[in-house]
Amino acid sequence: MAHILLRHRDIPDIDKLSVYKKNGGFAAYKNAVTKMKPNEVADVVKNSGLRGRGGAGFPTGMKWSFADKNSWPHYIIANGDESEPGTFKDREIMENNPFQFLEGLATGAYATGSNTAYIYLRGEFWQVAEFLDGKIAEMEEAGYLGEKIFGTDFSLRIYTHLGAGAYICGEETALLESLEGRRGQPRVRPPFPPSEGLYGKPTIINNVETFTNVPMILANGADWYKSMGTADSAGVKIFSLSGRVRKPGNYELPFGTTFRQLIYEHGMGVQDGRPIKSIMPAGASSSVIVVDEKVLDTPLDYASVRTFGSELGSASIIVLDDTVEMNWVINKTVHFFKHESCGKCTPCREGTHWMRYLTERIELGDATSADVDLLLNVAKQMQGKCLCALGEFSTMAVVTSIERFADDFKKAVKA
Amino acid sequence: MGKKITLTVDGKQISVSAGMNVVDAAKEAGIEIPVFCHHPKMDPVGMCRMCLVEIGRPVRDRATGEFVMEDGKPKIQFMPKLETACTNKAEDGMVVVTQSPRVKDAQRGTVEFLLTSHPLDCPVCDKGGECPLQDLTMKYGPGKSRFDLSQKQHFEKALPLGELIYLDRERCIFCARCVRFQDEIAGEAVLAFDDRNRLTHIISESEPGFNSVFSGNTTDICPVGALTTTDFRFGARPWEMQAESSICMQCPVGCNITFNTRREAGSDGEIVIKRVMPRQNEEVNEIWLCDKGRFSTHHYAEGKERLTKPMLRKEDKLVRASWDNALKAAGEAFNANKKDFVVLASGRLSNEDLFNLKSLADTVGGETILYSDMGGGELTQLVGVGAGTNLSELGAGDAILVFASDLYEEAPIWHLRVKQAAERGATVIVAAGRQTKLDRFAKHVIRYAYGDELKTISDLAKGGAEIADEFAAAKNAVVFYGSDGLGVNGTSAVAAACADLLKETNHIGGPNNGLIGVWQRANDQGAFEIGFRPTEDLAKALKGKAVYIVGADPVGDDPNYAKALKGAKFVAVQELRESATTDIADVVFPAQAFVERDGSVTSGERRIQRFYATLPVKGDAKPDYAITALLAKQMGVILQSASASVVFEILAHSIEAFNELTYDSLAEVKEQWPIVGRDDMYYGGTTYANKKGMGVQLIPAAQAGGAVKIQKMRKEAALRPKADEVLAVPVNKLYDLGVTVKSAGILDERIGELKISVNSATAKKLDAEAGQIVKISFEGAQGEGVVKIDDSVAAGVALIPRSMGVAIHEPIIARAQIKTGGKAK
Amino acid sequence: MSLEQKYPEEVKKILAKYPSDFKRSAIMPLLFLAQREEGFVTKEAIKDIAQLADVTETEVVSIIGFYTLYHDKKEGKYRMQVCTDLPCALRGADQFLDKLCENLGIKVGETTEDGVVTLESVQCLASCDRAPMFQTQGPDGIKYHDYMTVDRTMELIEALKGKG
Ligand SMILES: Cc1cc2nc3c(=O)[nH]c(=O)nc-3n(C[C@H](O)[C@H](O)[C@H](O)COP(=O)(O)O)c2cc1C
Ligand code: SF4
Ligand code: FES
Repeated sequence: MAHILLRHRDIPDIDKLSVYKKNGGFAAYKNAVTKMKPNEVADVVKNSGLRGRGGAGFPTGMKWSFADKNSWPHYIIANGDESEPGTFKDREIMENNPFQFLEGLATGAYATGSNTAYIYLRGEFWQVAEFLDGKIAEMEEAGYLGEKIFGTDFSLRIYTHLGAGAYICGEETALLESLEGRRGQPRVRPPFPPSEGLYGKPTIINNVETFTNVPMILANGADWYKSMGTADSAGVKIFSLSGRVRKPGNYELPFGTTFRQLIYEHGMGVQDGRPIKSIMPAGASSSVIVVDEKVLDTPLDYASVRTFGSELGSASIIVLDDTVEMNWVINKTVHFFKHESCGKCTPCREGTHWMRYLTERIELGDATSADVDLLLNVAKQMQGKCLCALGEFSTMAVVTSIERFADDFKKAVKA
Repeated sequence: MGKKITLTVDGKQISVSAGMNVVDAAKEAGIEIPVFCHHPKMDPVGMCRMCLVEIGRPVRDRATGEFVMEDGKPKIQFMPKLETACTNKAEDGMVVVTQSPRVKDAQRGTVEFLLTSHPLDCPVCDKGGECPLQDLTMKYGPGKSRFDLSQKQHFEKALPLGELIYLDRERCIFCARCVRFQDEIAGEAVLAFDDRNRLTHIISESEPGFNSVFSGNTTDICPVGALTTTDFRFGARPWEMQAESSICMQCPVGCNITFNTRREAGSDGEIVIKRVMPRQNEEVNEIWLCDKGRFSTHHYAEGKERLTKPMLRKEDKLVRASWDNALKAAGEAFNANKKDFVVLASGRLSNEDLFNLKSLADTVGGETILYSDMGGGELTQLVGVGAGTNLSELGAGDAILVFASDLYEEAPIWHLRVKQAAERGATVIVAAGRQTKLDRFAKHVIRYAYGDELKTISDLAKGGAEIADEFAAAKNAVVFYGSDGLGVNGTSAVAAACADLLKETNHIGGPNNGLIGVWQRANDQGAFEIGFRPTEDLAKALKGKAVYIVGADPVGDDPNYAKALKGAKFVAVQELRESATTDIADVVFPAQAFVERDGSVTSGERRIQRFYATLPVKGDAKPDYAITALLAKQMGVILQSASASVVFEILAHSIEAFNELTYDSLAEVKEQWPIVGRDDMYYGGTTYANKKGMGVQLIPAAQAGGAVKIQKMRKEAALRPKADEVLAVPVNKLYDLGVTVKSAGILDERIGELKISVNSATAKKLDAEAGQIVKISFEGAQGEGVVKIDDSVAAGVALIPRSMGVAIHEPIIARAQIKTGGKAK
Repeated sequence: MSLEQKYPEEVKKILAKYPSDFKRSAIMPLLFLAQREEGFVTKEAIKDIAQLADVTETEVVSIIGFYTLYHDKKEGKYRMQVCTDLPCALRGADQFLDKLCENLGIKVGETTEDGVVTLESVQCLASCDRAPMFQTQGPDGIKYHDYMTVDRTMELIEALKGKG
């Protein structure tokens, strides 16, 4: 099947404006701006069943319709922070199929009444920013951006903004703070960004992959999109496959593809042919899944993954084989979250620090089973109490690893 | 108060104003929800997670918007997670549970988390005894921490953030109250967090460190001992101290304060003031204080230079004398010179003191002079802000004009409150001859050339221009006028013009409307009420007279005054401390400091407020009003002096504006919001509750229904310097060399050296560079200062701060010369 | 020379990205600009940025402190930031880093004697499928180096030393 998002894999040089245009580029955007009302565009997206690809899976068209019409101006932001360990899909899109992403963003801007769009990129994506700046300039030159686009009253500017090394800035309100030139610490919600976001104005924030779907949906129709994937998860998704697989990488597949297909057909199976012990379907934030044959035959979609007490999140599938010890895994993830905790709220700031002290103790073989119990308890004491989801994320792998792979911890502690 | 809503907290139905958050709503109903980061004066941030509760909301029918009923009661839906009570607004029908096992568990968890990075050094911590973390740990925390105590983070103890505030990084619990206070309330973001995660810590990168005149407030609202003041560090334990109410004497705002005192061995077993704390008066200072008030208010009343015995000049030397002899000498001298009897007194004195002085002078046919560079008080009597004025009520649709005053330097708490009014939407107009700190919060900034003040106001009064029309159309309007670049004449003229503007635009006679003088001393307004007036040429007024100087140091302040007094017939000086003026006196009377006696003062907003005796009397000193009565007796005049309240009673009978007032009415208190100063320091901070009086505002003539006639002032030609001259202009500086500030010691660095500001063009003309020393001279006075380049100053103008060593009272043409070779450090 | 005098075009371009009453948004790009030459933000630059963005110096320092890609101290000309996060670690990143340390004779966080390379261990860089990998932060910005081996890394370091 031809790619919908990773079209550069089928069409060489699609990052050139002429090539992109020749392959139908900007037709959907032009059609939307010249022939459709903004809410009609949002409706098509709504009907397509597209859900946000940033992790939470919120229906995109619905979010667009929330932009408060009593407060202006509106802003739209592409979230290109891509910092969840195990996620590397947005980078591939932006580096290789930039115009489709930018077209989606521009269309979103039209649909939400925004005349300014920002692309928030993690600071490490320095080269991506330079590259996109060039593409944006080309679009301006070609009249896709700027004043009076296609002779209508619609005007739009797109700017890139680089973060500077902070995972939390992927969280949308921390992203807004960062874009406003502050420390990237999450805001209290409500108000939610569609009513009060950037500079206090209604703001729509979507993931890069989310936007990249939009031109294809508008070009081919909501029904076409919905025909792919499953009932609760329409369309296609880029799965970032990493860990102990032979061929890690991004795989664009319809929702409903099974774990087995992804890992064994596309990822060519596990390194050294070892069995899979566990899968982390949503990067470091995952609840770890105990893998058996049934799991491998489960379709990858939001609802099915939930049946294993986990979440699909941004679909960063990390494969762990039977040589990997879960105490080692959580020492890594907790280190990550401790480092990335913004420090704003008590349970996350103090809890991640405390957990890391304990996971390291376990890792070094200095711990007793009481330390493991305490670790579990501290993690649970954090749950449901943090200001944003980062704190919660930091506990997922900890709690599920201890509960689901108790043997690993028994082996790791002193008698 | 707006709309009321009803919710249920722990089964109790309460009714609160819409828009309140759940913590505040519960507080009003007497239910405690513990908090660390939330503070009722600041926007909630939901960081500390101490206030987690269960919140249920009534389910509404989507179509009708009505409550869905279940068993005759609205159906309540609880969220799966606990919610922060500080960030959730109370809603109609909401159900809040603050006592369930889940909530208690969360509270225990939060305290335990906080303590994992806290040193628990309570025994040596200044906050111990009034520490929210300590209190809430006792009440809500776990008995024991499961954290490996050896793993605590350690940092260098007690880092000075500046000379006034110390930071103890280990104790900080990251509530950001201090950071938010500086940013949101003070408008000076000189504190911030550095780093992130558990490495987060407070920094200040300003020059000097923690450069804000509101810095002390952060130590009141810090819920732990992370921020402490230099003057109180290791000073005393909170429970050892007594508390007495007073009024700050540093400026005309009249902030309500509490003195904490202790008898201690270090002070020879005497009772001393250990610290100055804010006392709540939402109509005056809310719960804040500026650093000048906090760190220097009491020091000048203490110390070695205090006068404790009367003195008499004998053979050219001052020697100790008995009260009788001293009084007799002065009485005789004044009796012999009744025609030339002059009383020179300052607004450092209380209403009672000034009243007795005025009564004496009036009875014997003498003259009274207010020691001040600023006039116009008779106009504030006429069209001052109406009784019931509360700057916190000004907002959208209202206007505030600040004219010829840098409120940040002259009356910091007014600066803060005007800034807040601007943030509530009030149109703030700042008109001055230079840049002021308020400019950035103002909607309009008018920059006039010094000398063009009256023209500027008349342009405002004319209308037609945007600013003028906006002012005229304002629902309420207040004008602050001050003495920036103006002397007695200039300020009087400006006051008249401002009064006229207010009258013409119909902004007199009601609360939140009218004129406020930004006086140089705390009770200048009171002095005006009682009949004191400043004079244009004080040297002339003193020359050859028999002068009774009370609460002023003219000799120290100005060589011209010194010269004039040398030619005086007789000089009696009534003072707290030795000064250049007591040095030349024929008789010296030792006066009690305001901290040793009762009295009342009148603020710039014409609020009469009482202060109370806090410390035992030093030596043989007496209250000023009593000394005056004793002297009067020598001169054959009977004045009351049994107590301050008795004097006040007579004052109230004699002066119409005061007619209804008694000491009791001044001591009345109202219920105030937010509720502070109970056993709940975790909520509002260590600010004291007001138990001794919020004062009473006088009714201006315009409000009382009297005719308002404002005399037109004659306009004087503006001074224009010649090529080799500058226009020297006096401006006011918060931390100056005045005895009330200087004696504090810890403010020395903030006082600094005399800086003379000129713009680059003027500097070039003078061949001066920043940092060089410039000599300024004009009629009879001169001084040296360091050149500061400030391009907001007009060409040809040199700004000279008052009370910094150069005796400047009004704009004057001066010569400026760079001292060659003299480059400051 | 102030930042604005040194890079008038860049500063103008950065400020133009944001509404004129929210200059503060320009702080982050200005910090990257200021860091370009020395590899860290100097005290003077902090002053300049505070002025340009209409904030206090304290606020600027506070932002430098929050984000890991800003630095307030001079280190090696190039910061070699090896990802050792979970996905990379599952593909040998820790061993890769150990080997680099050994070859360079420095520990993580240290700088080579000639001041060219500082070796750091960082969190996920969104290149998990191309481990071992690292990025270099240097005068020419940030560059990714994917699918690395120790040998190829040593070659790169030699090349960087040649440039320095
Ligand atoms: C700690 C944290 C990190 C996040 N990181 C990212 C990210 O890197 N990229 C992203 O698109 N969304 C991220 N999100 C989700 C965003 O908050 C937001 O939901 C998303 O950008 C919305 O876009 P979508 O509706 O298209 O998914 C993160 C959320 C949290 C709580
Ligand atoms: S959970 Fe709290 S400390 Fe952690 S990132 Fe979110 S707000 Fe910051
Ligand atoms: S989170 Fe509500 S008081 Fe701190």
